[in-house]
Amino acid sequence: MEMTKKQYKDYVKQVSPASPLVADMARAFVSGGLICTVGQVFSLLYRSMGLSQQTAGTLTSVTMIFLGALLTALNVYDDLARFSGAGTVIPITGFANSVASPAMEFRSEGLILGVGAKMFTVAGPVLVYGILSSAAYGLILWILQRM
Amino acid sequence: MIEKKGRALLLGDGPVITASAAVGGKKEGEGPLGASFDLIVKDPYAGEKTWEKAECLLQKKAVTLAINKAGRSPTEVELLFSGDLINQCTPSCYAAVGLGIPSVGLFGACSTAAEGLALAALLLEAGACDRAVSVTSSHFCTAERQFRTPLAYGGQRAPTAQWTVTGSGAFLLERQGSGPRVRGALLGKPVDMGISDVTNMGAAMAPAACDTLAAFFRDSGKTPDDFDLILTGDLGSVGHRIVQEQLGQEGISLDDRYQDCGLLVYDSARQDTHAGGSGCGCSAVVLAGHILREMAKGSLKNVLLAGTGALMSPMSLQQGESIVGIAHLVWISAE
Repeated sequence: MEMTKKQYKDYVKQVSPASPLVADMARAFVSGGLICTVGQVFSLLYRSMGLSQQTAGTLTSVTMIFLGALLTALNVYDDLARFSGAGTVIPITGFANSVASPAMEFRSEGLILGVGAKMFTVAGPVLVYGILSSAAYGLILWILQRM
Repeated sequence: MIEKKGRALLLGDGPVITASAAVGGKKEGEGPLGASFDLIVKDPYAGEKTWEKAECLLQKKAVTLAINKAGRSPTEVELLFSGDLINQCTPSCYAAVGLGIPSVGLFGACSTAAEGLALAALLLEAGACDRAVSVTSSHFCTAERQFRTPLAYGGQRAPTAQWTVTGSGAFLLERQGSGPRVRGALLGKPVDMGISDVTNMGAAMAPAACDTLAAFFRDSGKTPDDFDLILTGDLGSVGHRIVQEQLGQEGISLDDRYQDCGLLVYDSARQDTHAGGSGCGCSAVVLAGHILREMAKGSLKNVLLAGTGALMSPMSLQQGESIVGIAHLVWISAE
């Protein structure tokens, strides 16, 4: 094969089928929206029980995390995700899935070195950089307020 | 006698594949080649505690089935060549324990089935042993957790991604006996064309397959017309197209006789396997089951298999290395 790496890369791009972006985005929009609607129903439910907006919000997050983890444990979440893509990744249920799934997977390596050590292999970077950027944001805000 | 013609190694009459066995999982059993398996193990755990142990069991079953088919016992086998995809090839190690056969562990990623067959045939032809078994296995669940994400993680697969075959294929080779013969081999060169997309392994391995097939036709004096079937291991739809196009440009026309084991093992549209099957077990089960059955029936006489492998690890990719491809070739003849 007489090709440079660059030429080969271009050729591969040309012969490889691309992801159906429009369909993927439409499915993500609908499924992500549905998950948020379920969250809204819980939020209204908790508000109607006389809880404050803040408590209802917290309880809604807890409920959605529980549902995400439950559907992961029942091996349903990955089937939903195959259809929904980003629609199931972005909401908080996706975060629950990213923690619950390695916990299940690495159970075979024991509770300490398996579940304990590997639980955050997927979600770990999100936590590290999420917390880091919130600290940076806080620092910038603190400096700006003193100027 | 081994005749060396350039890189092609031609084996005179060549050692005989006296028996083979293909063991598959549920999805493989539901695929187009389902009827060609000797055993289908539907439970991904195969009754074991871990997927790794299950893969080990598949391999053990394939070896004992092949040896039993030929009416032999493991004590009569002098060498075992085995390999898989998992770190340090542990499924192969544990499968070999208890068989009592001196064993050679191999890692050629998904090319290991062809690599093991080639090495076993060469050592038999050279007189180093009279009877050898070559076996490889892969398991969808063990491969996913090592190379990709946890099984229950909700992600989407790229259209170019492939599906690791759960299964194991074993071959018993003897110097004497009846069956198709290994008539030639060519050991592949590692080729790196700079592809680092782990969801497009076919494109990463295709240049190695082109190199190996072109070298074989150039050095052996054979042409594609001398074969009823030319197979690559697990290039899938993207790699299959690349090999067809690129060899065509070099004046080697493979035409309809060119197939890929990864495309044969699943019905991509019905089984949601995207670009096709992959893994050490892919070419092993297709050859040990479907192809050798067809050769026994007489519908195939001369078959070339270029087993393709992606020599990479999750670590090498994270460190920014691209994927090295390799392809080892065996020529099997029922004439």
